[in-house]
Amino acid sequence: MSHEASFAAVAIFTAFVLGVLGLSFWLGRRGQSAAAYYAAHGQIHWFVNGIAFAGDYLSAASFLGICGMIAFSGYDGFLYAIGFLAGWIVALFVIAEPIKALGTYTLADALASRFGSRGITLAVAISTLVVSIFYLIPQMVGAGALVTPLLGLPHAAGVVLVGVAVTLIVVTAGMVSTTWVQFIKGSLLVLFCGLLVALILGRGLTVNTGDLTPQVRTVTPDGRVLVDGKPQSREHDLRPVGTLSALPARYAGRTTTGPLGPLEYFSVLEDSTIVTWKSTRTADEHGVHVTYEPVTRSGAELLQPGGSFKGLRSGRLADRLDFASLMLALFCGTASLPHILIRYYTVKDAAAARKSTVTGIAAIGVFYVMTLYLGLGAMTSGALDPTDTNMAAPLLAKSFSTTLFALVSAIAFTTVLGTVSGLIMAGSGAVAHDLVSRVCGVPLTDHEKVRCGRIAAVCLGVVAMGLGILFKDFNVGFLVGWAFNIAASANLPALVMLLFWRRTTAAGIIAAVTVGMVASLGWILLSADTFEKVYGLSRDLAPVPFSQPGLVTIPLGFVVLVVVSLLTPPRPAR
Amino acid sequence: MTKPTAAHDESPPAAARASRTGLVLFWIYVLLYGGFMGLVLVRPDLLALRPFGGVNLAILAGLGLIVAAFGLALVSMLGRETR
Repeated sequence: MSHEASFAAVAIFTAFVLGVLGLSFWLGRRGQSAAAYYAAHGQIHWFVNGIAFAGDYLSAASFLGICGMIAFSGYDGFLYAIGFLAGWIVALFVIAEPIKALGTYTLADALASRFGSRGITLAVAISTLVVSIFYLIPQMVGAGALVTPLLGLPHAAGVVLVGVAVTLIVVTAGMVSTTWVQFIKGSLLVLFCGLLVALILGRGLTVNTGDLTPQVRTVTPDGRVLVDGKPQSREHDLRPVGTLSALPARYAGRTTTGPLGPLEYFSVLEDSTIVTWKSTRTADEHGVHVTYEPVTRSGAELLQPGGSFKGLRSGRLADRLDFASLMLALFCGTASLPHILIRYYTVKDAAAARKSTVTGIAAIGVFYVMTLYLGLGAMTSGALDPTDTNMAAPLLAKSFSTTLFALVSAIAFTTVLGTVSGLIMAGSGAVAHDLVSRVCGVPLTDHEKVRCGRIAAVCLGVVAMGLGILFKDFNVGFLVGWAFNIAASANLPALVMLLFWRRTTAAGIIAAVTVGMVASLGWILLSADTFEKVYGLSRDLAPVPFSQPGLVTIPLGFVVLVVVSLLTPPRPAR
Repeated sequence: MTKPTAAHDESPPAAARASRTGLVLFWIYVLLYGGFMGLVLVRPDLLALRPFGGVNLAILAGLGLIVAAFGLALVSMLGRETR
């Protein structure tokens, strides 16, 4: 669908971005030491840090990806939300306090702390960069998806806009500005999603069958876009979709329910009939055609697992293992994400680390409960763009008012800014503090360490922009699953065993991080999803039996660590 | 087994006790999460049951897991604050 920019949307969006950048420049005017740039002097209040955790963690995948997945496939998107939140239990009960006690600026600090090993620092710095880059891709894709309907700009322009804004935020004041951007974003996201949920419940459910004629979008060999055989324009475009065709029998003779309670909303939807749209892709000498066709389904079916994870209903073992693998990676991945872990260095002590984690869990939990309402509200709003699953939440807001659409889009954009700035901070620390200073042994003064971090941030920003343009057509929720798999496979075995197994050696940690990272990355590159969606090849050619690697590569990391540690002499801990 | 590093704000015995409690709470949540995922994988038909308020078990269990995460986190924090 093509989208028209509105003046209100552009004004609110511009005010948001300028406000965030102004805050960064203001914070950046103060003197910048390495301790301030990388860890905000360790003086952030636990409550601010807790909400910043939410701002850091609730990425484009959470807001745009999960809402979109629920809106198009039903309950399965909520399984992502459950897995994303469950991972915080590992962070709180296993990782939070030791990480705070062991490290200074980066994840490598913590893992190398007992042995003082440059090998550990090198392996962990590389894994930090790989995880951060994989996590950056969905954020940048989300940015491009947002800017198109908001400002009427092409996808690539959105990606570049985010890349430039985030790089400025990180370069000006490092972790200080990153923390405040994440705090503002986390607060606004939860508050405005709460407002949207109240509006959804207040509106209730309304029958609106709309036009159910199939629609065809064609991209011709010379690049023209046709809709139902005619050139696409504002007047002749794909119709918005996502409607409710029948209410439960108890509403016989009525077309609307009126306001509904929080649980009543689910029960009414379960007994309703909903029209979702499926797409089929074909190609011939006239171009590539995507046909969108309505599918009438019961609410009970949509509120059950299996809408997106087809294997849950097909009964194929490989598909079930794929699902189990993803859920394991989500559970183990949160506590292994470098950009989350470095937030523990911004508070003063272990008690503050603990309290900020609990605050983060509260904010994140409330948000994930709301995603279910947002996704289901979008599913029946009649406002969905059939070509773009990532736009469900902002278009849901548009079904209420253009101003709300502008506000929600601007908040979604700050969502991307907050998460991307955290990721670039993590990558910047890995390059400057770990690789240049610790591994290469380049003696850097405090000032040089900050400058080196800024240069690394600019480079990472450029890489992120390129990848965001390259992976344009992916669902951001799906992409972020890869980052969780790599993080959990590479980092979690080393973190857990360093804390709980005395016999762990430096060689064991290096081997576990390296094998976990290479194995999970290799598995992803050889998976059916990558064959189909990245290489454009048949799924059947993929050599690995299922797409999500965690079920194999996380245990592999533990086994490798134990075997290598037992084969190498224990070195006295420092 | 190595004891996790002691928190800065507690005596070593208190930190060790808190660490053990944390691990117990962690395993409780693992059981809840694993049980739910097991149901999704093995007996998805049970998730269609509507035990409360006309809402199916899939939604109630999902919401319950989110609330349980916060509940356990709160129990852990309050336990340490009052100790």
